[in-house]
Amino acid sequence: MLRVNIFLLLVAVACALLVVTAQHKARKLFQELEVAQQHERQLEVEFGQLQIEISTLATASRIDRIARAQLKMETPSAARMRLLGGATQ
Amino acid sequence: MRTKPPVSHKFAESPVLLLRLPAGRSRLISLLLLGAFIVLVGRAFYLQVLNNDFLQEKGDSRYRRDIDISASRGRIADRNGEVLAVSTPMKSIWAIPADARLNEAQVAQLAGLLEIDAGELRRKLASEKSFVFLQRQIPPELAQKVADLKLPGIGQNTEYRRFYPSGEMSAHLVGFTGIDDQGQEGVELAFQNQLLGRPGSRTVIKDRRGHVVEDVGAILPPQDGQDIRLALDSKIQYFALSKLKEAIAEHKAKAGGIVVADARTGEVLALANWPTYNPNNRESLTGGSLRNRAVTDTFEPGSTLKPFSIALALEKGKFRADSVIDTSSGRLTIGRATISDAHRHGPLTVAEVIQKSSNVGTAKIASTFAPQEMWEMLDSVGFGQVPGLGFPGEVAGRLRPWQRWRPIEQATISYGHGISVSLIQLVRAYTVFARDGELIPLSLTQLDAPPANGIQVFSPRTARQMRSMLEMVVERGGTAPQAQVPGYRVGGKTGTANKLEGGRYTNRYVASFIGMAPMSSPRLIVAVMIDEPQGKYYGGSVAGPVFSAVMGSALRTLGVPPDAPQQLIARAGTQREAL
Repeated sequence: MLRVNIFLLLVAVACALLVVTAQHKARKLFQELEVAQQHERQLEVEFGQLQIEISTLATASRIDRIARAQLKMETPSAARMRLLGGATQ
Repeated sequence: MRTKPPVSHKFAESPVLLLRLPAGRSRLISLLLLGAFIVLVGRAFYLQVLNNDFLQEKGDSRYRRDIDISASRGRIADRNGEVLAVSTPMKSIWAIPADARLNEAQVAQLAGLLEIDAGELRRKLASEKSFVFLQRQIPPELAQKVADLKLPGIGQNTEYRRFYPSGEMSAHLVGFTGIDDQGQEGVELAFQNQLLGRPGSRTVIKDRRGHVVEDVGAILPPQDGQDIRLALDSKIQYFALSKLKEAIAEHKAKAGGIVVADARTGEVLALANWPTYNPNNRESLTGGSLRNRAVTDTFEPGSTLKPFSIALALEKGKFRADSVIDTSSGRLTIGRATISDAHRHGPLTVAEVIQKSSNVGTAKIASTFAPQEMWEMLDSVGFGQVPGLGFPGEVAGRLRPWQRWRPIEQATISYGHGISVSLIQLVRAYTVFARDGELIPLSLTQLDAPPANGIQVFSPRTARQMRSMLEMVVERGGTAPQAQVPGYRVGGKTGTANKLEGGRYTNRYVASFIGMAPMSSPRLIVAVMIDEPQGKYYGGSVAGPVFSAVMGSALRTLGVPPDAPQQLIARAGTQREAL
């Protein structure tokens, strides 16, 4: 009888310790999840900011200005255009 | 003095232990202790099981926290996915003045970081209020620096700020939001319900250092606002606004508007007004430049309305395109009023009435209609009705009921006076000519398929006849050769209307042009309106060149193949270069 009791006591202690470790691990993992989610939010914010930057850099007025001033491009006149294929349907 | 050495005892032999306690006393003590123990157990049972709300609440308030999860407002993008409005989180710095006891150095440091005056900051911190904002919507990096100062009574929260990368370019269409994320103008207001996000929340347990340890209870996930994809094409919008701006500067006009619509789907590809404003700059958000003239302002359209009167005549079979109308006097008297043409023309065919824009000819043709049938036609193309774009501040314009028309009124309405319309209404009405007689609704958002709910107003034959008349307008002898587009066959109608002020016509004008291209199968409708040009004021010479430039660029941007014969392209081209 005594032996069985001691055995059960050991089992109970072992289980209790396992519960404690499991809880600890769960908290650790949860913290990691929190950090990852925080990171996700930060990346989203950054994505939004980069989108603003792209759109600002890609505004038609800026492209127009750079094409004309820096790259010396211009709209070709109709006389300099040749149409390939069927012009009239 | 000597003392006796202590007598040593063993504890077990202590004489005290030999004393017996009286039996009654010992029982009393045990009973008392037992009683006290039962009271304790009872109290514990009461607190933990029967009446645990209060303690539970106290406990929760120490480690349980409800956290709001913020949701962001939807983005607005153009048809090519280019972002026109996007929200990004910013921090607002607040203070609880009662707790914020800062020394001079700290005040100076904080004022420096927030870029506000130190005196102003001191005044805010001394205020009687329990909560004041020190600075709203500062970049997160800067807010971090403020947080690192660890000042007492100073805190921060997240707010979203709306950015408009395209700035003034699409300001009137996109609109803007207030500081609390409520749409106030344009699409931001029209689509407020879709754009708005719903914040979520979660309940968590926090440890002593403020870290979240565990989620308890259900998480209510935040719902981000829906993204809106507009029909707008940023490139066409840019051409439209910049050409409009140039024309207004050249003619020293007061204001103007331009609309580009896809005739096949009714999508609004560009909508611009001048003056405009920069939605990113809150100080500029007042005054007349906020007005979306193309949608909210009505004007007497003048001759751009003539095609509808003539189309009705063709439709009723009362006239043919080559029927001759005598307009040789250039004047027509109805009752006590006389209407006149800007130039004398002699006898004109119906087609030439459109080409030369003869008021007298149109009025003569219109005099054959019953007022009711004319009103019904104008009503069925949408005049006098709200255009139904869902845009804030849309106006119906003015179309008086036919029962109260006087004869002179019927004559003037036929050429666009005594009736008022908005530019967007005019564009919608012109879809009947671009689409073989079918009127379709306009759409601000991108459509997957052309709308199925078109209304047949005129027969396809009438619409095609009208298109060939509109094409004559831009040919030699018409009122707007300036509206030609090299490479494409275009057609349209000029409008030059005296402005009404206080019930009297002034010698100030609204010059307009509305047209379509390519005429072999119209794809685009472009309408230009310029308010009070100085010097030249005819629709053809003021609004025509804007139409030509915008239509040309838009057709090329969309890759619409030129439909004009080759030699015509070359000729128009050399003409261009010579100019």
